Amino acid sequence: MTFRKYLVLAGVTVFAAAGDSMLSHGMKQTGSISIHHLPSLLLAVANPWVAVGILLLLAFFASYMNALSWADLTYVLPATSFGYVLLALVAKFALHEQVSPLRWLGIALIAGGVGFVAGGPAVTAKAHEGDELLHSDELATATSGCGKGSTEDRVAAVSSGAER
Amino acid sequence: MKPLYTWAGILVIVFFSVVGDILIARAMKQVGDVHAQWRRGGLSPIIGRILSNKNFFLGVAAMAAAFFSLLFSLSWGDVSLVAPAAASLTFIGNACAAKIFLHERVDRRRWIAAMLVATGVALLAA
Repeated sequence: MTFRKYLVLAGVTVFAAAGDSMLSHGMKQTGSISIHHLPSLLLAVANPWVAVGILLLLAFFASYMNALSWADLTYVLPATSFGYVLLALVAKFALHEQVSPLRWLGIALIAGGVGFVAGGPAVTAKAHEGDELLHSDELATATSGCGKGSTEDRVAAVSSGAER
Repeated sequence: MKPLYTWAGILVIVFFSVVGDILIARAMKQVGDVHAQWRRGGLSPIIGRILSNKNFFLGVAAMAAAFFSLLFSLSWGDVSLVAPAAASLTFIGNACAAKIFLHERVDRRRWIAAMLVATGVALLAA
């Protein structure tokens, strides 16, 4: 993990939190949308809060894809969930909202989850060597019975793929 | 009727989010580490590889579906229920789906992290 990679994870966290809060603010202004009036969904995009929210979410998406190119999905998602904690802190200290004890507990659990996953490896090394050696469908047949395939199975699949 | 709509909306969001995340994660693994590629050849080959990847477009379509179902559900239900409930269930769904479809090694550490975050997110709605 380099400093630049930590910066990418921070980008995922901040852009998602900022984008989501702007979207929710904008949608509150737009009001209820009925399933029978789909075009009104396009009007919602004209709301400046929704528009800025979408731009921020695009920035989130770029950093998210960047992170997924070098880390596992099950690493990136918990590692970037710190955004919820940020949102709660903004609510407490910038918007002076009441944060209940139960919410503080939630914040503590999320922070704990982030610390837990961040201490481990970012990527499943062996499985991805397999991805590079085999086409995804070959990998699927090699490890049929999805999810049950152990690491040994994958290593065997990789070596048989290399022989081909 | 309204709570039923809201929960149906939440499940639709979770489904599309998980499908989108898995497809995008698979696409980016096929593209490879962008930091290493950036050092070798700059940005344009990376964009080329992403835009020629089928999983990327399918993933974006699924994420767009998740996004519009979120917009819909937000206009029906409370943001304090819809957003955390969908996010919380998406964490669990993604951990299962990443193990099954991406063959990621979801060890005890990652399960605990996913559970802690999912519980924490759910509590934020309380």
